[in-house]
Amino acid sequence: MTGMSDLTATQRFHALANPARFMALTERLVLPLGLVTAALIAAGVYLALFDSPADYQQGETVRIMYIHVPSAWLGMFGYMVMAGASLVALVFRHPLADVCAKSAAPVGAAFCFLALVTGSLWGRPMWGTWWVWDARLTSMLILLFLYLGYIALWATIEEPARAARAAAVLALVGSINVPIIHYSVVWWNTLHQPASVFRIDGPTIATSMLMPLLIMALGFTFFFVTLLLVRMRAEILRRRVRALRLARAEG
Amino acid sequence: MASFFEMGGYAGFIWPAYGIVAIVMAVLVVQSLRDLREQRRLLAALEGEGARKRAPARTGAGQ
Repeated sequence: MTGMSDLTATQRFHALANPARFMALTERLVLPLGLVTAALIAAGVYLALFDSPADYQQGETVRIMYIHVPSAWLGMFGYMVMAGASLVALVFRHPLADVCAKSAAPVGAAFCFLALVTGSLWGRPMWGTWWVWDARLTSMLILLFLYLGYIALWATIEEPARAARAAAVLALVGSINVPIIHYSVVWWNTLHQPASVFRIDGPTIATSMLMPLLIMALGFTFFFVTLLLVRMRAEILRRRVRALRLARAEG
Repeated sequence: MASFFEMGGYAGFIWPAYGIVAIVMAVLVVQSLRDLREQRRLLAALEGEGARKRAPARTGAGQ
């Protein structure tokens, strides 16, 4: 058998694209990834609720940050995975790319929704309102609608190849919203506070709060990746089922 | 302990926030695993059917 190292870059790309190889590889990955996810989130929740200080301005409500910020990051990360995979699907016709994009959408949408809800629950005591139409909140709501539109498009078009193309175009057009969300707090005068972790001059948040936040964010990211693999596996099997049924119906 | 659950008077905001995140993440996990199991079952059933059609007189000894 030829080792992966003997293959050219293109061959390696297509070898990984082989669903059989993907299925074999991920079969062994899901359980360990799930265990790492559980450990990270457990540690994150412990630090967030028991072993981090109350904020001198926001009091205990700062504890919402440890779930709000990772949710918002993943809401955007999920969209970038979806748009990136869509681009690969359109340009290179990588067989796993649209499986990846389709599987990422509901997970990203869920985190986008969670960012909005936890933000609202944080905004009420701190800003005195559940919702404002400021640039950050509005662009995040648009992100949720883009996700829902993408999911609806997949659900509407029966044939996977056609659905994939239409959905990929929507995902790519909508990706313009991601940098808008990120820079909204800089470009517009928003009620939402500016970034305090990803800054050119380094984080401005205290280490005692940064550590639980980063551990929780890492845990959420592992959760996203693990779930994405599980959903991709299910999607590959779904297509095999569909192909078999079509073949039976014809022959 | 009671003061921990009171969360400095913000219990009504902090606990629902953690609660909804936990619920949504749990629903995602359960739904994804269930879908995977369901597709596995469907595929196994279809493949079993196909095998019977191709080899109806198979006695069961080897390939």
